Amino acid sequence: MPCETLAKRIIACLDVSVGRVVKGIQFEQLRDAGDPADLAAAHSAAGADEIVLLDITATAELPNTLLDTVRCTANQLFIPFTVGGGIRSLDDAAAVLDCGADKVAINSAAIADPGLITRVAERYGSQAVVVAIDAHQKTPTSWEVYVWGGRKPTGIDALEWAVRAEQLGAGEILLTSMDRDGTKAGFDCALTRTIAKRLRIPVIASGGAGEPHHFVQVFEEGAADAALAASVFHFGLKSVETIKLALRDAGIPVRLAC
Amino acid sequence: MGAMVAIVDYGAGNLTSVVKALRRLGRRCVVSCDPEIVGLAENWIIPGVGNFKATSPLANGNLGQVLRNGIADGRSLLGICLGLQWLFEGSTEAEDLRGVGAFPGVCQRFPHHVKSPHVGWDSITFRGPSRLLAGIPSGAYVYFTHSYRAPVCDNTVATCTYEEPFTAVAEHGSLFGVQFHPEKSGDIGMQILENFCAL
Repeated sequence: MPCETLAKRIIACLDVSVGRVVKGIQFEQLRDAGDPADLAAAHSAAGADEIVLLDITATAELPNTLLDTVRCTANQLFIPFTVGGGIRSLDDAAAVLDCGADKVAINSAAIADPGLITRVAERYGSQAVVVAIDAHQKTPTSWEVYVWGGRKPTGIDALEWAVRAEQLGAGEILLTSMDRDGTKAGFDCALTRTIAKRLRIPVIASGGAGEPHHFVQVFEEGAADAALAASVFHFGLKSVETIKLALRDAGIPVRLAC
Repeated sequence: MGAMVAIVDYGAGNLTSVVKALRRLGRRCVVSCDPEIVGLAENWIIPGVGNFKATSPLANGNLGQVLRNGIADGRSLLGICLGLQWLFEGSTEAEDLRGVGAFPGVCQRFPHHVKSPHVGWDSITFRGPSRLLAGIPSGAYVYFTHSYRAPVCDNTVATCTYEEPFTAVAEHGSLFGVQFHPEKSGDIGMQILENFCAL
């Protein structure tokens, strides 16, 4: 397919809880990693193509601290900015978008209420709707959707759900491999490819990033349109530029600073 | 502070990020759907995302008339994304609606065999002199998100190629349109907005 120049995106993810960025392996041993607005601006300056902010506080309602965090972070960002975690209604989506986010990521709420995807897409456009899918491998070629931060199996096949989400109006899919998340062992290329090859909308691969060559793999073998990582960026283990140079050297189009 | 910029609010999408970008540049701006207020500003920005149908408030009525008259009089205007498409003759997305027709051609959907929408950072190639792109290098990356695109025409000053070339930037006198989102395109985008405001 002659889409030579469209850059593969490197997306920095900030997991936040009560207004602070945190990082741990599979929600264990959370470490404070800093202020969301400062970190987002730093990632942007370092060459990240987008910022995703996920609130991992498990609460019944959209946390008030999240809206303040979104507002402060958005004020410093002039690249695309997605917010997820706890968005359960059109009102929640509206609140987050009004605070300056460009897209909302909807996960568990979309499983419970698939029509929410359509309602947000009709109000704000599909480009504002990212459907986040947490997938756990069931067989060598199939994956099951989990909700509630990866704690509850749904019995729904990840590929079927991704296809349905696209039909309902999703603009992008944020696909997380629960098996790889936090392992730094590389992305699940089989999962990513299975879904990316079936959809017309972009697929963002997530879970398992640890080394620059993992990004090369997920674009070449996984057919991903974008790749997301959190911890590889926060602690300076690998800078965005190092990853992008590895991609460029592999012949993959990326956006580098002029 | 310079001239006042009116960001035309016709109900198509979130205008927060355009306002934020202009504030960062230290530019005075007002968001309005009131034809009188819009008419008082020296420069206009028409943002917008989504379906061409969303331009229907601009098809008839006072707001659309003020804008069309201003364009005919050489008023400085920047259309962003759907705002660019509205400056063309129309779109197959909503065939009963007409655009301004300041740029020739009709916007069409990307063919079915390519991933669509065209989302992400893509590079633009210059094909003519441009005041809007002053100081920007050809090949610069900017952020797109769209399913329909405008054809390349005589007024196209930069193209992007996704399957085939389309208009990324069109320019004629003081009339400008960009298919991408300068307010989401980092330093390059901010420079483009500054160029427009500083005209």
